[in-house]
Amino acid sequence: MHLDHPHPGPAALSADAHRPDGTRRALRIGLGGPVGSGKTATVAALCRALRDQLSLAVVTNDIYTREDAEFLLREAVLPPERISAVETGACPHTAIRDDISANLEAVEDLEDAVGPLDLILVESGGDNLTATFSKGLVDAQIFVIDVAGGDDIPRKGGPGVTTADLLVVNKTDLAPYVGSDLARMAADAKAQRAELPVVFQTLRGGTGVTEVAAWVRGRLRAWTA
Amino acid sequence: MSRAALLVLADGRFPAGGHAHSGGAEAAVKAGRITSAASLEDFCRGRLHTAGLVASALAAAAALGVEPRELDAAADARTPSPALRTAARRLGRQLLRAARVTWPSAELDVLAREFPKGAHQPVVLGLAARAAGLAPEDAAHCAAYESVSGPATATVRLLSLDPFDATAVLARLAPELDRVADSAVEAARRVADEGADALPAASAPLLEVMAEAHAAWPVRLFAS
Repeated sequence: MHLDHPHPGPAALSADAHRPDGTRRALRIGLGGPVGSGKTATVAALCRALRDQLSLAVVTNDIYTREDAEFLLREAVLPPERISAVETGACPHTAIRDDISANLEAVEDLEDAVGPLDLILVESGGDNLTATFSKGLVDAQIFVIDVAGGDDIPRKGGPGVTTADLLVVNKTDLAPYVGSDLARMAADAKAQRAELPVVFQTLRGGTGVTEVAAWVRGRLRAWTA
Repeated sequence: MSRAALLVLADGRFPAGGHAHSGGAEAAVKAGRITSAASLEDFCRGRLHTAGLVASALAAAAALGVEPRELDAAADARTPSPALRTAARRLGRQLLRAARVTWPSAELDVLAREFPKGAHQPVVLGLAARAAGLAPEDAAHCAAYESVSGPATATVRLLSLDPFDATAVLARLAPELDRVADSAVEAARRVADEGADALPAASAPLLEVMAEAHAAWPVRLFAS
């Protein structure tokens, strides 16, 4: 999925696939989902899985602090100059969907400062089931939910669950403790999403973020092809 | 001139980053200066006649075709707080991005080349109005209105203030806002003969001081 809408003039604008110097910009992948579902942990795991092969950066959208950015800094998943925090004025979904201007500045500044970059992960602040990313900001989006948030979330659907390019059902290790039925979640997700992919993941042991990292690599191959 | 274009530019949902800024309202709420619709009105009136008047005149002058570099320097000189200068440039850059897609124009492209990290927002607003085929009066009204609509909507979020009361505050300020815009345009028209010194330099010291403190808060809802 290439978003080629070149604009004339000095600075890149929203979805332009090329930077002002004519080079292809980084692939931008958004991660959204409810509060506490494991977005930041997934971003951290992706950075660890991909940073040796790819030039990476992260933009976080915290609601009222820099906590997500500071978590990533503390975990040292990337050097500090590759992590940027956007302030969202109490409305995280506005900053990723309705008014993407601050996030576009952040991704462009990262490319200027530490580029060339292969991939920029844009993490939304925790929000609700309707929060999706604008196509002017990201090329693909991952929606992260977790089994402890209730196994009826895939059935309820909503734009995030239904339309995200990848749905991640996180914290599968907790399913027995919270009474969540993984088979039912998988069936409901399939019904909502048809052929769009779903990954069940636990970042505590098992295969961890491997499947999501493989999906990201696939998107990157398509982007650079 | 198109009246509908003015509605597009003045729309609070115009995607230029304003939603993340409170215009000083967050600091004033925390300090106990805004606690109700009445004190919101006092705050907005103060902002309208100081920062609002200056922004309105800068926007009108830019819409009249005054050299943007000269206006940007004038805006710097009228904004003592480094945090507010940074916020104004950031918002200017965001507005420029939105305006260049909305009303493509050679003047806006030149501005983006000359100010890659952003010019002061009211200067960009004036040039955006010009690109939209609007008059200096329109640019002045937009800037004056933004100077009070931002704090009003931010206060609805910060205090859970009744949104009808907050909107009524804006409506009550409308006649004053018209007068501020008129005087801003009058000053802007004198810039051609008298230079940028003809622009108003009204200042709200508490807004500037509080903006510096606010920028250092570790936990806040709004960027300024």
